[in-house]
Amino acid sequence: MTEKLYVSPSPHLRSGATTRKLMGDVLIALIPAAVASVIIFGVRALMILMVTVVSCVLSEYIARKLMKRDNTIPDLSAVVTGVLLAFNLPVSINPLIAAFGGVVAIVVVKQMFGGIGMNFVNPALTARIVLMASFPSQMSVWSEPFYYLKGSADAITTASPLNQMANGGQLPSLGALFLGFRAGCLGETCAVALILGGLYLAFRKVIRVEIPLCYIGTALLFTWILGQNPIEHLLTGGLLLGAIFMATDYATSPLTMKGRIIFGVGCGLLTVLIRVFGALPEGVSFSIIIMNILVPHIERLTRPKPFGEEARHEKA
Amino acid sequence: MERNKALRFPKRPFATHGGAKVPHRKHTANLESVVMPPPKQVIIPMQQHIGAPCVPTVKAGDTVDLGQVIGDSDSFVSAPIHASVSGTVSKLTTVQLPAGNKVQAVVIDSDGEMRPCPGLRPPKVESAADLVKAARESGLVGLGGAGFPAHVKLNVPKDKKIDTLLINVAECEPYITADHREALENSWAVLSGVYAIKELLSIDRVLIAVENNKPDVIKVLSEIAYSDSRDPENHVRVLPLKASYPQGAEKVLVQACTGRKVPAGKLPADVGCLVMNVTSVSFLANYLKTGMPLVSKRLTIDGSAILQPQNVIVPLGAPIRDVIEFCGGYKTDPKKLLMGGPMMGMALTDDSLPVLKQNNAILAFDEADAKLMEPTACIRCGRCVQGCPMHLMPTALERQALLKNAEELTRLGVMTCMECGCCAYNCPAGRQLVQAIRMGKAVVKQSSAKR
Repeated sequence: MTEKLYVSPSPHLRSGATTRKLMGDVLIALIPAAVASVIIFGVRALMILMVTVVSCVLSEYIARKLMKRDNTIPDLSAVVTGVLLAFNLPVSINPLIAAFGGVVAIVVVKQMFGGIGMNFVNPALTARIVLMASFPSQMSVWSEPFYYLKGSADAITTASPLNQMANGGQLPSLGALFLGFRAGCLGETCAVALILGGLYLAFRKVIRVEIPLCYIGTALLFTWILGQNPIEHLLTGGLLLGAIFMATDYATSPLTMKGRIIFGVGCGLLTVLIRVFGALPEGVSFSIIIMNILVPHIERLTRPKPFGEEARHEKA
Repeated sequence: MERNKALRFPKRPFATHGGAKVPHRKHTANLESVVMPPPKQVIIPMQQHIGAPCVPTVKAGDTVDLGQVIGDSDSFVSAPIHASVSGTVSKLTTVQLPAGNKVQAVVIDSDGEMRPCPGLRPPKVESAADLVKAARESGLVGLGGAGFPAHVKLNVPKDKKIDTLLINVAECEPYITADHREALENSWAVLSGVYAIKELLSIDRVLIAVENNKPDVIKVLSEIAYSDSRDPENHVRVLPLKASYPQGAEKVLVQACTGRKVPAGKLPADVGCLVMNVTSVSFLANYLKTGMPLVSKRLTIDGSAILQPQNVIVPLGAPIRDVIEFCGGYKTDPKKLLMGGPMMGMALTDDSLPVLKQNNAILAFDEADAKLMEPTACIRCGRCVQGCPMHLMPTALERQALLKNAEELTRLGVMTCMECGCCAYNCPAGRQLVQAIRMGKAVVKQSSAKR
């Protein structure tokens, strides 16, 4: 034995899981919905996706550099934010606005609060809300599915199904809704693709199913109680995208099992309240952001009791 | 505290929380143990247990025999130390143990004869008090790794009624198969130890808890345990456990076998359980038969830098270097040397340290296995919380430990942590959670000392 030994604290064995692998799995889970968005909304969807991803990655790189912090591009979290941001935008959006959304998500929401794991609200959703407030007309133009096959330029616009529902209009058939052949944000329309991605994440144990199940279950039950059609609420708007990919964001959802259940139920209730009683047709973004803000409180209320402390409390 | 519950034997273990899916890597499970001849020299530290250190009872130049007492203490929580070879005491010295504490040690030059001490004879054991006395004289400490003196455990306070004896054959750490081999090679001794303790302490129920990755142990011990001649009432049974780390941790084992939860800061005896490691029990049976105190130990020698992984029965105090040489030496340059398993074992600074009573493995790893993961930011994935068998929130503990916030650390239950390492094992950010929690415990101890 000539050379020196590593001396480090236990454990000396690791599972092999890394942040990069987890984010890579999220990206794999997003592929079906990304492919669907390009099929439904054309090559422009791919362009928007690339714009937001490049904008997010560049923003992260520059922000970290300016703050003299280590480069976190390899953990792939900025790529995930970029894809999710694109999924929350209409296909007709000006690419410059989309790029600006990426800067807001990464610089303002994520890096200014300390980077990965430290942001208290979902970066992509917050960026979407900033864009909705800053560019309301750009953010509420909806292109018909397969508009690109119909010859004319990009501006065949229609109302989103949620708007149609709010105004009592005629909705596409259930089958069309399920496959995503409807107006809406890039990545939110194709239910099949989103559910596939969700199953992959659950199977790979990247996400825990409490949040999506409680979120969707509560929304279905609550809309049914209010006399609405739960299936239409599920398949229009961003409920699936939000429940599977946005509400399950690690940094902005509770660490505890009970906390995740409360979080999911809260998201479901708020979404339906905003959709049915609010002025806005869609409530997924706001409900998730509101619940994000409540996470520290939910966590404090649902902190697990350390092993064997129950007895101590009983005695006291 | 009388328990009137009818004696029940669980068909399957009770549910436990958390854990980590660690690989088993029990490469040495099917290899017969080999006995290592006495090394030229043994270094025997005067503290190989939890409690008061012993004072040497020999001086340089003394001739000692195998099994002769060479260190003892007046304190109850302590265990005497015996010569593990026959020979001459060359000097008294000081060694630094892996935990960092410096203790006195007796160095014996072996004469190679292993001449047993003439005074050794089987103890007369007819009562619980006799058993406690014998256990102390044997020098037995908890051989599962903790090193808690066995006689303290066996000396059950009068106000506590033990209704269940749990024999720990979980051996949930990767690589280690020392208990596995003990149970196979000395299965009769295991059972005779079990019956001795059961009868002397009048315990009604015995559960031998074996992880289900050791079907051969389950089979062998079941066959003996279910013999009608020894145990007509069938009060000794084998309970296969799920092979999931850390099933062998005392509190987790008690919960898995009985469904009872040991209260924070209490012992298994407070919920009517006595937990003993399988090797401790079989050693005790041999001691009752022969009177030979604890002078040797079976060790699993394994890891990517070891040429011939196997179980070796080693005289206590043998330098680790000699033990590894006996196993063919290093395959490549070792980069990490562990005393104990990879989850809870301690990294050593060099291989000249001696083998201790509570050791059950020496692992040596090459560069690839020794490399540390570079820690990155916590992403709040919650895997540490899901994995904690003690229902703690390791990431929150880490944060508060770095802030040195004793109050919040106490509220989060930092003292309940048993440092099993599931949190850090599961962590995708490679954070040193166990190290941070250890620092957190020190913060709490300091602040309560100040008050």
